[in-house]
Amino acid sequence: MASRKTSLPNRDSEDKYSILLPTYNERENLPLIVWLLVKYFGESGYNYEVIIIDDGSPDGTLGVAEQLQKIYGEDKILLRPRAKKLGLGTAYIHGIKHATGNFIIIMDADLSHHPKFIPEFIEKQKEGDYDLVSGTRYKGNGGVYGWDLRRKLISRGANFLTQVLLRPGASDLTGSFRLYKKEVLESLVERCVSKGYVFQMEMIVRARQLNYSIGEVPISFVDRVYGESKLGGNEIVSFVKGLITLFATT
Amino acid sequence: MRRAEVALERRLFPSSSPEILAAALIMTKLVEWLFGVSVVGAAWALVSFDLLDLSLPQTYREVAWPMPLYLLVSFGCYSLATVGYRVATFNDCDEAAKELQGQIKEAKEDLRKKGLKM
Repeated sequence: MASRKTSLPNRDSEDKYSILLPTYNERENLPLIVWLLVKYFGESGYNYEVIIIDDGSPDGTLGVAEQLQKIYGEDKILLRPRAKKLGLGTAYIHGIKHATGNFIIIMDADLSHHPKFIPEFIEKQKEGDYDLVSGTRYKGNGGVYGWDLRRKLISRGANFLTQVLLRPGASDLTGSFRLYKKEVLESLVERCVSKGYVFQMEMIVRARQLNYSIGEVPISFVDRVYGESKLGGNEIVSFVKGLITLFATT
Repeated sequence: MRRAEVALERRLFPSSSPEILAAALIMTKLVEWLFGVSVVGAAWALVSFDLLDLSLPQTYREVAWPMPLYLLVSFGCYSLATVGYRVATFNDCDEAAKELQGQIKEAKEDLRKKGLKM
């Protein structure tokens, strides 16, 4: 045990990180993301747990999650499934209730967010005692893979519009790879009313309203390894509607 | 009230009264913008149409009159240039994608050994 302590200095800390993974039809990606989480948390020595919130996936995601639980242990992999697809906000609330960590990490389970950035999030948080740390694709050496010109144009255009209208103090508002202090996430989720992309935007806007401090870490976003990416007319319309709502109400 | 809200309130209003608090609470971005536009619009109208009979020099009026249009066009150009620049310099994470592919293979192999059935 003594040699373990010297090679994993972070284990002495009392901080515990709960990773919330809302899943829907992620049978292929779930084992991979869990493997990566275990790898990077194991290497960094931080205390963690992974909470898988499956919304009744018809493809058997829950079965895979149960196998992972057997492999990695019930203290590290928690299953808190729900009967049907109920949305991200309620998934977070559900996850927070069962989280034993004092920090919550939210991310996508489809491998577009890479766990290797989590130790960077943690260090950033400690650096400034930030209330939340947001992964950004738009600053530093953050970036994307697999996006064509159209997608990049829409993304940057929408972000520019958001910056002009909302002046949010964060460079990437629609990103969903973030680290929150548990009580901060709780207070934000109960105040937010939007859905989808706009929900993530509203979280940052409300965080600023409540004077929470926001740190940023550049991340790389690798678009859908399996499956199709979604950015159609519907998404754009609901984004604009959401942006205008936030503009008029916050 | 939550700690953060009380702190916010104290920072803005050392001796807060409910009415001031209410006004601040409806100070949305929209209201800010409308306020800003009204102030600038009033100043522009004042100078351009000499509303207060200030007998300003003719040059002031000549410059002020096209300002709104000029500023709008300038902002449009700035927006195009900024978004264009940001799209052009949007990092492509080829390395990250390769690394991920490699790790996926490694993960599948390791999980198979540990008994995962896909």
